[in-house]
Amino acid sequence: MSHTVAFTFPATENREAASQDISPYDEGAVHDSFHQLIEEQSWLAEQEEVEMQNLAPRGRENLAYTVSPPRRTEAWEAPGQMAEHPDFSSATLRILASMPSRTIGRSRGAVISQYCNRTARLRRKSTRAPLQEVSRSARPSIRQLDLDLDSGHEEEDNKRSLLVKELRSLPASQRISMLRTMPLSLGEKCKLRQESSGYSGTLMKPKTRAPLSHCSRLKYHIIIGFRNLWYSLLSLRHTLQPWHYSLKQISGRFGSSILSYFLFLKTLLMFNLFLFLLLLVFVVAVQAAYPPTTPNSKAFTGLEPLTGAGYFNHTLMYYGYYSNFTLNDPCAFSPNSSTTCRQGRPVHLPYNMPLAYVLATGVSFFVTCLLLVYSMSHSFGESYRVDSASGDLAIKVFCAWDYKVIQKRSVRLQSENICTHLKECLAERQSRSRPLNLCKRLQRLAILLIAWTLSLGIVLGCVLGVHYFSIYIYQVHHEKLLTSNYMRKEALLLALPLLVSLINLLIPYIYNLLAAWEKQESPVLEVYVAICRNLILKMVILGLLCYHWLSRKETTSEMECWENFVGQELYRLVVMDFIFCLLDTFFAELMWRVILEKKLQSKRRPEFDIARNVLELIYGQTLTWLGVFFAPLLPVVQIFKLLLLFYIKKTSLMRNCQSPSKPWRASHMSTIFITLLCFPSFLGASIFLSYTIWAVKPSKICGPFRDHETIYESGKTWVLKLEKSNPNLTWFTWIHQHLIQNSFFLFLIAGILLAVIYLNFQVVKGQRKIITLLKEQIANEGEDKMFLIQKLHTIYGK
Amino acid sequence: MGNKQTIFTDEQLDAYQDCTFFTRKEILRLHGRYHELAPNMVPMDYTKNPDVKLPMQLIVNMPELKENPFRERIVHSFSDDDEGSLSFNDFVDMFSVLSETAPRELKAIYAFKVYDFNTDNFICKSDLEKTLNNLTKEELTEEEVSLVCEKVIDEADMDGDGKLGFSDFENMISKAPDFLSTFHIRI
Repeated sequence: MSHTVAFTFPATENREAASQDISPYDEGAVHDSFHQLIEEQSWLAEQEEVEMQNLAPRGRENLAYTVSPPRRTEAWEAPGQMAEHPDFSSATLRILASMPSRTIGRSRGAVISQYCNRTARLRRKSTRAPLQEVSRSARPSIRQLDLDLDSGHEEEDNKRSLLVKELRSLPASQRISMLRTMPLSLGEKCKLRQESSGYSGTLMKPKTRAPLSHCSRLKYHIIIGFRNLWYSLLSLRHTLQPWHYSLKQISGRFGSSILSYFLFLKTLLMFNLFLFLLLLVFVVAVQAAYPPTTPNSKAFTGLEPLTGAGYFNHTLMYYGYYSNFTLNDPCAFSPNSSTTCRQGRPVHLPYNMPLAYVLATGVSFFVTCLLLVYSMSHSFGESYRVDSASGDLAIKVFCAWDYKVIQKRSVRLQSENICTHLKECLAERQSRSRPLNLCKRLQRLAILLIAWTLSLGIVLGCVLGVHYFSIYIYQVHHEKLLTSNYMRKEALLLALPLLVSLINLLIPYIYNLLAAWEKQESPVLEVYVAICRNLILKMVILGLLCYHWLSRKETTSEMECWENFVGQELYRLVVMDFIFCLLDTFFAELMWRVILEKKLQSKRRPEFDIARNVLELIYGQTLTWLGVFFAPLLPVVQIFKLLLLFYIKKTSLMRNCQSPSKPWRASHMSTIFITLLCFPSFLGASIFLSYTIWAVKPSKICGPFRDHETIYESGKTWVLKLEKSNPNLTWFTWIHQHLIQNSFFLFLIAGILLAVIYLNFQVVKGQRKIITLLKEQIANEGEDKMFLIQKLHTIYGK
Repeated sequence: MGNKQTIFTDEQLDAYQDCTFFTRKEILRLHGRYHELAPNMVPMDYTKNPDVKLPMQLIVNMPELKENPFRERIVHSFSDDDEGSLSFNDFVDMFSVLSETAPRELKAIYAFKVYDFNTDNFICKSDLEKTLNNLTKEELTEEEVSLVCEKVIDEADMDGDGKLGFSDFENMISKAPDFLSTFHIRI
């Protein structure tokens, strides 16, 4: 309907006018369910006078059926429309007031109709409706074309009973979710729920004549049982959700942006808990029940929690402690084969330790990968929108106010921030129209290049420094092996983690200075650039350290257990990282606030640097993932660290910091953080782990894999043993041999994935085109509406 | 835990759980909050569905709403009558829509009602001006306010009638991923 319609319109009374309007509207220009409403309201409007003076705002629901709707809508319309169209006649205004767009979400009848249609559509999607029912659910308005508008009350009741019938035919979970999302009052919803499911405490009697069969009664009981279980689980989830009040305090004072850091911390805690529980059940607890025969030779000195070596070296903490044979195997020590095992003994459960070790780690990584990818795609789906660049001023006006902030001072700060941003937005709009000239552009490019060269140069310098320092330290450590001063030797090993953590602490401040000199145009870009630089630094250093560990094992003597060493190094890195986090909080927040208050006498307080803190969390988690294979109890250390960090950061935040003044797109940033957790962090750790399992030779004297060439080989021998013992399982080994080991299969999977990605990309492109077309169509419809209103006015104005 | 409480029948709690985004514990906690707003008026026994409404003044003095510039509009949007008084059902409904798990469409409907100051089912220029003044506590000059209002209507109005209808508003909200996290009150 984008062409103009020639309006040859007999000037008759309203009724006929309305009925003449029916035909073009039938085919879908107006929502079908509102057709009835238009009719009933125009009919009823004829019966009474328009009260233009009634300006009182009405409540949410339209409880009085018969007379209020038209009066209420007209009363709303009257002041606004009188101002815009002062010369429109009362008849025109009456008609305008009953337009469907005026009644969306307002009157209960409209909401009920809308949801009736929606429920019908939902029901039709899930089951195929029988043919005779199609017309009933699709267009209720056509059914009542005889225009029997005796009372609006009956119409609404009819629609209501229709809705109840539709709800009844939905499955229970869909019904509940449909009820929850309806914008009706709670009392109404409870009544609808009661009617549509017959929940009155007694068993629902079916409408059919047939007696309730045992099958459906059982099914009903099962459904009710599951529902109650689900609700009790939900309330249990709430008791398990710690820190509800703390998070409310933080968001009340600082808003959603800083809250996102603490929520990210909570997510990491959950990941570590999962990792720990899985390893505890399948690896650690079992090994603890069957300790090795050789006792621990080292005594406990006080330095162990810091260095992780010494006494801890021969405990459950590290890889070297775990047995390489099947535990609790009744036939383990018999010299002959399994045929001589005595059958009379009570049944023991043999536990293949090496297999359990590698499978537990593999499964935990796999499940973590699935969880990460799921939460990343969920977050991405929430925050990415096609064509979201336009309309940011409107979004700022309507979505900038954070309703969670409840403290007076923070609320005032928030108002000031919004005011500043709006002013900046306006200024930016005006300056955007003036493009930079060539000289300025070259200058900006030069500054950019210099800044990036400097930052990459700093990274290179740090990496080289770490490289040479680590070679030096290992050399000294190796020499000191011969001397007897044990404590000094172990303490020397702390030097490398100290250097790495120092670099991670100081270099971000240098980058901040660099960014202040560089002066990016938009603060959002500044945050991205800072995150990028810090990430490059941390990941390159970790990569270098991993390379060092794997290459160092070539140079060590046969006596050492290199996996234990790697586990200890990672433990030391985690502990040092924690200590430096505390130092950072102390100096950056506490001391800086004291300096600002006492020395510089300024009212400003330090701000909580969200990006840097989140990157620190990601770094700590990367260390845990790298080290979990070599030190199965490392997640415990990380859990303690995260718990302590939560309380320390929260206390420091409450005492020392002020609300952020820069804009921070919380959901966008959360997506970026979880993506960073998945991509460089988890992916790097899995690559390291896969390489270790596939290609590295385990040490001969310790650990569950000491007699294999590679760790992966233990899996292969198990599969072969399985095939030998049970000839029926040849399909399993066949799968293993041809699908997992054969690279052609992997290429095929990768090819299919690439094709799917390409198809999705094309679909998104097509959808963008459709969006632009729809926008044009809406604009055209709006023009049509204006035209018709003008015509109405000319008709009735005479 | 659930069997000892005498405030609601099990049937009522089940109904609340099915129709809102809260669990039993949270509904009981909400009743506690509602009760402490007016201990004399709100009975502890809700099994007979008493018809008690608290006036708006008591509700907007809650710590969660006290400093919010839109508090009166929020309470009006969930209230049945003109004065903005809330029964317990309305109270629960309000916090349910403003909770974390409420879907975007439902929040958009009520956000539209909140920002529609003259309740004509459109966000016109005067509504926008009032919204801006509430947001910035009248720190912007009049010229800036009117400029911002014009630009907002330019950006968001799709059918060209010079004001934002509900579909315009919903379309704009769908482009703002932060809406779900900012239109949220923790209780």
